[in-house]
Amino acid sequence: MGNHSDGSPNHSGTVATAGQNEVEKFQDPGIPPHRLRLADTDPRAAKKAERQVALLFGTSVVGTLIFLVSYFAIDLGNDSSIATIRLQNALLGIGTAFAMLGIGTGIVHWAKALMPDHEVSEERHAIRTEEDRQAAVRIVDDIVEETGIKRRPLIRNTLLGAVALAPLPALAIFGDLGPRPDFALAHTLWAPAPDGKLKRLARDPDGTPIKAADVTIGSAFHVIPEGLNELSEGRLNEKAKAVVLLMRLDPNELHPSPGRESWAYNGIVAYSKICTHVGCPVALYEQQTHHLLCPCHQSTFDLTQQCKVIFGPASRPLPQLPIAVDAEGYLVATSDFHEPVGPSYWEREQHVLIPNS
Amino acid sequence: MSSSLTPDAPVFVAKTTGGRITDFVDQRVGGSGILREFGRKVFPDHWSFMFGEVALYSFVILLLSGTFLTFFFDPSMAETHYAGSYTPLKNVEMSVAYSSSLNISFDVRGGLFMRQVHHWSALLFVASVSVHMLRVFFTGAFRKPRELNWVVGGVLLILSMAAGFTGYSLPDDLLSGNGLRIIDGVIKSIPVIGTYTSFFLFGGEFPGTMIISRLYMLHILLVPALILLMIVMHLFMVVVHKHTQYPGPGRNDGNVVGYPLGPVYAAKAGGFFFIVFGVVALMAAFFTINPIWNYGPYDPSPVSAGTQPDWYIGFVDGALRLMPGTIGDWKVEQVWFGHVFTFNVLLPALVPAGILFTVMFTYPWIERWITKDNREHHVLDRPRNAPTRTAIGMAGFVWYCVMWAAAGSDLIATHFNVALNDVTYWLRALFFVGPVIAFVVTKRVALALQRKDREIALHGRETGRIVRLPHGEFIEVHAPLDEYKRYKLVGFESPAPLPAVPNEHGVVDRKENRRAKLSRWFFEDRVAPVTPAELEAAHGHHGSHEAVEAAASQKTLSH
Repeated sequence: MGNHSDGSPNHSGTVATAGQNEVEKFQDPGIPPHRLRLADTDPRAAKKAERQVALLFGTSVVGTLIFLVSYFAIDLGNDSSIATIRLQNALLGIGTAFAMLGIGTGIVHWAKALMPDHEVSEERHAIRTEEDRQAAVRIVDDIVEETGIKRRPLIRNTLLGAVALAPLPALAIFGDLGPRPDFALAHTLWAPAPDGKLKRLARDPDGTPIKAADVTIGSAFHVIPEGLNELSEGRLNEKAKAVVLLMRLDPNELHPSPGRESWAYNGIVAYSKICTHVGCPVALYEQQTHHLLCPCHQSTFDLTQQCKVIFGPASRPLPQLPIAVDAEGYLVATSDFHEPVGPSYWEREQHVLIPNS
Repeated sequence: MSSSLTPDAPVFVAKTTGGRITDFVDQRVGGSGILREFGRKVFPDHWSFMFGEVALYSFVILLLSGTFLTFFFDPSMAETHYAGSYTPLKNVEMSVAYSSSLNISFDVRGGLFMRQVHHWSALLFVASVSVHMLRVFFTGAFRKPRELNWVVGGVLLILSMAAGFTGYSLPDDLLSGNGLRIIDGVIKSIPVIGTYTSFFLFGGEFPGTMIISRLYMLHILLVPALILLMIVMHLFMVVVHKHTQYPGPGRNDGNVVGYPLGPVYAAKAGGFFFIVFGVVALMAAFFTINPIWNYGPYDPSPVSAGTQPDWYIGFVDGALRLMPGTIGDWKVEQVWFGHVFTFNVLLPALVPAGILFTVMFTYPWIERWITKDNREHHVLDRPRNAPTRTAIGMAGFVWYCVMWAAAGSDLIATHFNVALNDVTYWLRALFFVGPVIAFVVTKRVALALQRKDREIALHGRETGRIVRLPHGEFIEVHAPLDEYKRYKLVGFESPAPLPAVPNEHGVVDRKENRRAKLSRWFFEDRVAPVTPAELEAAHGHHGSHEAVEAAASQKTLSH
């Protein structure tokens, strides 16, 4: 019958106001009359519902038995296959599900079909009486008044000062949760050994050194510093900073900036694998486009532009590791990274200035 | 006392076994008062009230399954060589935490089942808390006197996410380790204290050897204790306020209509616990969740493509993905005064979540200020009857969903064969446009539904029966509503905008002016409930278009 009762169609958006036609409002007709269920009038229906509830409870018993049988009958032994575990997991789950759903649906069916379903109305009582409400405000006012805190600002201010300072020891006592950061983030395992020996680039994870001759154009290596795997302590901490991606491109495709010409060897370049965004490993190398992609947040770095960010949330290029070849033909890092790897942090700028030697 | 001992004084004796037990307990510890108050307390019934129950029950399941897991889990990050029965990882170097998680999965009977029950119910817990909050928001249940309970609910939502995240990281597998590394990157971006916070959290450099045991303590002690405390406060306030009810015949702000707690409501609610448990068990039986044995132990070098956090962290992760790190050649990360301001991480990590939670926590007060509505409300609003609030809620919801979808941008790209960059560009646009579209569309839909309600209230429901009148006109016969159904459609308030009111100095200050503007924005588009006079008019000329049009055009319009 069309839209004709709710305001003028040529007046967009709005309809009648409450103020107009305020003849009266509809009166609340009260709770609708109760409708009897089949089970309320027909004893056979009630009996049927009763049997259904009992059947559901019976299903629960079956479920419990399924659980117990599959728990004790399936032996995980010492070399259980994944299939056995999946089977047991499924049976334990089915058993529990039947046991629980049987009870649950049984009770709910019982409640809905057989228990009285008369909706009743109950008065809401005010949370508190008006008298209490005013008394409470008066009591608080009296208490504040009797302390005299408003009249004695000296007491109030010294108390505030004391209370403000008192939690400081509670904070200070957590001071040993960790060491001071100092320059820890500025260095990696790539720094040459104290005797001046340069670190070789080794394969991740087995740690075998990489010969420059093994790196063909288009290939990529996941790299760790030589000796990382032999660390007895802090191996993961060092690895978290030192992992590197090694790739070989046509040397003409690299465009090193001044000062970085000698950081590559024959088109072989090494870049930190730790994303400058929030630190995920930049693990995806698109060989055709020479892009590196971080799978966590899709920051994309262009190898041909010294890993400049070309897409995504990272702001800085991946740090480059200067590399060369030693006398035996193995790739070595000529120095540590010239800047901290990984995500930015407050003091980072100072650490960039620290000369790596 | 002595009078009660006289032989002819009537002494109350319980007649049934149940009565005798009740009486026995009552005479020793008291409690008849409590039972009298609660035994038959009336609870309104509606399917949408279940979400809160699901949350409570999944928390109980979490406590049960979690306790089981603690008997076998060892949160140590010491290095060990795996010696369990999962052959692909035999002798692989890993942390004790990861090894014990594998043992729970492969060598403890039912361990995998309990792990999956625990993880699924954790996901369900956060989900049901969220949906429950949406229900409360869209029905206006947060209004006076329930504002503080809304805040407690918000705290519970944050705590549930904290519980989830601390637990997610415990197995020390590759996936959760990368998640922790992202957290570390976000923490490091915090100005001034970021680096120290990271070092203190991890006990030194990432990943260190402390983080799992620290998260474990938070996960099994501090966070659940806080959740429990908040749940107690939450339920206490529910008892104080009594439950809200949907509008309908016989229901008003002065009463509660529903079923008595005992037996019907208690049976339904209690039975529902078993149903929730059963459903979680089914999910644990058939849907693998967090197969840590596929990921391998944490190692800072590898990462799997398509990594996803648990769903409730998704919106933050998505925001991180959406933020561009460079705009042209301009870096969003800035170095000022020799210090790094990592805006490309800080802004997406803090601003959207900050806005969402700030608006969420303060919304009851914002709406109360705009509407000047200081009355107690126990009858809920149907979402359509509060179009602007519903539209605000949908705008926020869509905003959240855009960020959430962004956390799966790579999966969207691979599943639908579209370019990853395009997905990101579109989602960046939707981040700004989506909430606006959602607001406008929702408000129009709500108003349209209200008009439909008016239509039904005035003319009855369509029967689908077409009748040809003697002069040849075809009409559809409408069946009139009974008074109960009609009351549901007409028994609501439709407040008009509140113009600015001068203060005691007779001046309309700027704040009041702003409030009046917001009030107009809130209420200017509105549909008034049908009045008896309108119904009379519609009935008096039933079937006659012209007359009804005439009645409608008599109305004065609000603007």
